[in-house]
Amino acid sequence: MKIVVCVKFAPDSTAPRKFSSDDTVDRVSVDGILSELDENAVEEALKIRESAASDAEVVVLTMGPEQARTAITKTLQMGADAGVHVVDDAIHGSDSIASSRVLAAALERTGFDLAVCGMASTDGGMSVVPAMLAERLGVPQLTMASEVKVDGTAVTIRRDGEVATETVEATMPLVLSVTDAANEPRYPSFKGIMAAKKKPVEELTLGDLGVDAGEVGSAAAWTTVESIEERPARTAGTIVTDDGTGADQLVAFLAERKFV
Amino acid sequence: MAVDRLLPTTEAYDLLDLVREIAAEQLAPRAAVDEASATFPRDVFRLLGEAGLLSLPFDEEDGGGGQPYEVYLQMLEEIATAWVSVGVDVSVHSLASLAMSVHGTDEQRMRWLPSMLGGDQLGAYALSEPQAGSDVAAIATRAVRDGDEYVVTGTKAWVSHGPHADFMLLFARTGDDPRGGLSAFHIPIGAGGLEPGAGSLSFGAPERKMGMTASTTSLVMFDDARIPADHRLGDEGDGMRIALSALDSGRLGIAACATGLAQAALDQAVGYASQRRQFGRPIAEFEGLQFMLADMAAAVETARSQYVYAGRLRDAGRPFSRQASIAKLTASDAAMRVTTDAVQVLGGYGYTRDFPAERYMREAKVTQIFEGTNQIQRLVIARDLLRQSGL
Ligand SMILES: Cc1cc2nc3c(=O)[nH]c(=O)nc-3n(C[C@H](O)[C@H](O)[C@H](O)COP(=O)(O)OP(=O)(O)OC[C@H]3O[C@@H](n4cnc5c(N)ncnc54)[C@H](O)[C@@H]3O)c2cc1C
Ligand SMILES: Cc1cc2nc3c(=O)[nH]c(=O)nc-3n(C[C@H](O)[C@H](O)[C@H](O)COP(=O)(O)OP(=O)(O)OC[C@H]3O[C@@H](n4cnc5c(N)ncnc54)[C@H](O)[C@@H]3O)c2cc1C
Repeated sequence: MKIVVCVKFAPDSTAPRKFSSDDTVDRVSVDGILSELDENAVEEALKIRESAASDAEVVVLTMGPEQARTAITKTLQMGADAGVHVVDDAIHGSDSIASSRVLAAALERTGFDLAVCGMASTDGGMSVVPAMLAERLGVPQLTMASEVKVDGTAVTIRRDGEVATETVEATMPLVLSVTDAANEPRYPSFKGIMAAKKKPVEELTLGDLGVDAGEVGSAAAWTTVESIEERPARTAGTIVTDDGTGADQLVAFLAERKFV
Repeated sequence: MAVDRLLPTTEAYDLLDLVREIAAEQLAPRAAVDEASATFPRDVFRLLGEAGLLSLPFDEEDGGGGQPYEVYLQMLEEIATAWVSVGVDVSVHSLASLAMSVHGTDEQRMRWLPSMLGGDQLGAYALSEPQAGSDVAAIATRAVRDGDEYVVTGTKAWVSHGPHADFMLLFARTGDDPRGGLSAFHIPIGAGGLEPGAGSLSFGAPERKMGMTASTTSLVMFDDARIPADHRLGDEGDGMRIALSALDSGRLGIAACATGLAQAALDQAVGYASQRRQFGRPIAEFEGLQFMLADMAAAVETARSQYVYAGRLRDAGRPFSRQASIAKLTASDAAMRVTTDAVQVLGGYGYTRDFPAERYMREAKVTQIFEGTNQIQRLVIARDLLRQSGL
């Protein structure tokens, strides 16, 4: 069984977000890390490999700048077997439609039984890439799994929605995305750090994937970020003293700001 | 603030990243709570063991990580910055394992080291006794040979995490000569070793300490405990030499932990001073306070330089005993001064248990006391100086 985990290199979400001059997220001068929610995807893949009846391989796929290599390294230290890094200057500024085009091409090239994604990236956070991948690849999608069971080629997930909990099943090959409730990601270990140094990482360009540079990047994006403003610093709050009219004052406060 | 470190290899940087991640997520959030309730965090050591962090400086053939001391010590410092008790207990575990790795026969090392260093075991170091602290030659615990066994009777004192240990490095008297009559023993505890509570091995109540309360310290009592003779490390009479050589390395560990603790206090002081306003501005803008912070930073970085330097000497196979004592002396004095000043920077808030500054100050004190008091470090340093000048 071949499991390919899609992971994103994202700016550290605990650090302040910076933007480049073209209004794209600055991914070069800031500390980037493996998008935290994708650690759950890696963990799930490793668990599936560990419990698989036959040999299973976990390959990690990322699309991102040179520095994104650190995200791959971290997953190899956690225990993944190999990495694929799509890196090409033309990709800069791609929207999710273009991102999924590139990732789908890479998945077709590596081949997969199971493509595992996180629930959302910690920067873009649209949660659309997994569905787009399934559509482009023509395979079933099992998204937002908070529990995953694999039995041969059958995969069953629990999907906790706001009004109902669904059980969804599909047969491989398929795209799976897992939530942060699915598991507790393991830490790398010292042995993992040493072993990672010897694991193969393949670098691919758009040319290698047969994707035309005109299909991706800012120019091809369906949406454009026109301007960016920092959220204004929080101003002093309003303290409502409850002299019997507290509830009315609260309602008035919210109504004035069109929250109710 | 993350310390900018110079490390020898790329894997060492990755390793330190891992340590910082674990320290921030798993240690720091629990430290204050477990210290307040005096809870020994056995699970934290399992986690560190799984990550391979309890065996870093030992040979790869023995199941260790094969990392130089300079890297191991900086890992300890990072752990201690998040939670100094854990750092100290990791250092004690290394100390307890070191004698086997250096003085064990091939057979002994093959038999025990892989499990000692496997990550799920924790080792304790039993040298001190109630009447034998600085004066190790006053050890009274006896190991009397009886056929293939030794029969051990006596009371060891101050044993860090003794009641939680899976093995212990024990020093006991096999002869009457004060210094030449000591021997070292590897004591497995629990299944296949000495069973606590069976009468021959028991522990005192935890000492009610001023700080580092999460690290249990207690008496260990041996009463006619039978130890197979092949558990002895080195020859009869080698005990003193084994104890002292292990302590040279152990002191470096304490120096690293003291540095980490001082770094934590400095970070807290800088953060607080930038937030706290008096006279209409952050107190950090007052030069009187800035000078204090600068002195604290100078003390922390000097301490770090010294232990890293001594560690590098050790890695290069050069004598490092004097430098280790200097590192222990200066780092623990730095920790005491910096943590005291951190309380001062926080003013009245620093004196309350709502901020960690007062805990850091209580924790710093013991670094001047254990693994050789700072007076004993001065003795070691002076003796080495005088020996070199031919006295
Ligand atoms: C308003 C807005 C502005 C944006 N501005 C920029 C910008 O300036 N510069 C820029 O580069 N991007 C920008 N993007 C983000 C870019 O469009 C997304 O990075 C990309 O489309 C992926 O979408 P996502 O991050 O929302 O992923 P999601 O759909 O949330 O990701 C789900 C999962 O898909 C997988 N995945 C996603 N991306 C990758 C990847 N690159 N490699 C491997 N796996 C992946 C992961 O498994 C992830 O957990 C912006 C997005 C928005 C909404
Ligand atoms: C929290 C904690 C954990 C410990 N963990 C361990 C452990 O795991 N294993 C272990 O074996 N021990 C451990 N110890 C014991 C520790 O190493 C001893 O406490 C230390 O060596 C000092 O011995 P003492 O307490 O008997 O003091 P003493 O030796 O009685 O010293 C009292 C004072 O006299 C001074 N003094 C003594 N001799 C001289 C001299 N020749 N010249 C000048 N001054 C002198 C000392 O510096 C000190 O100030 C621990 C102690 C503590 C507090």
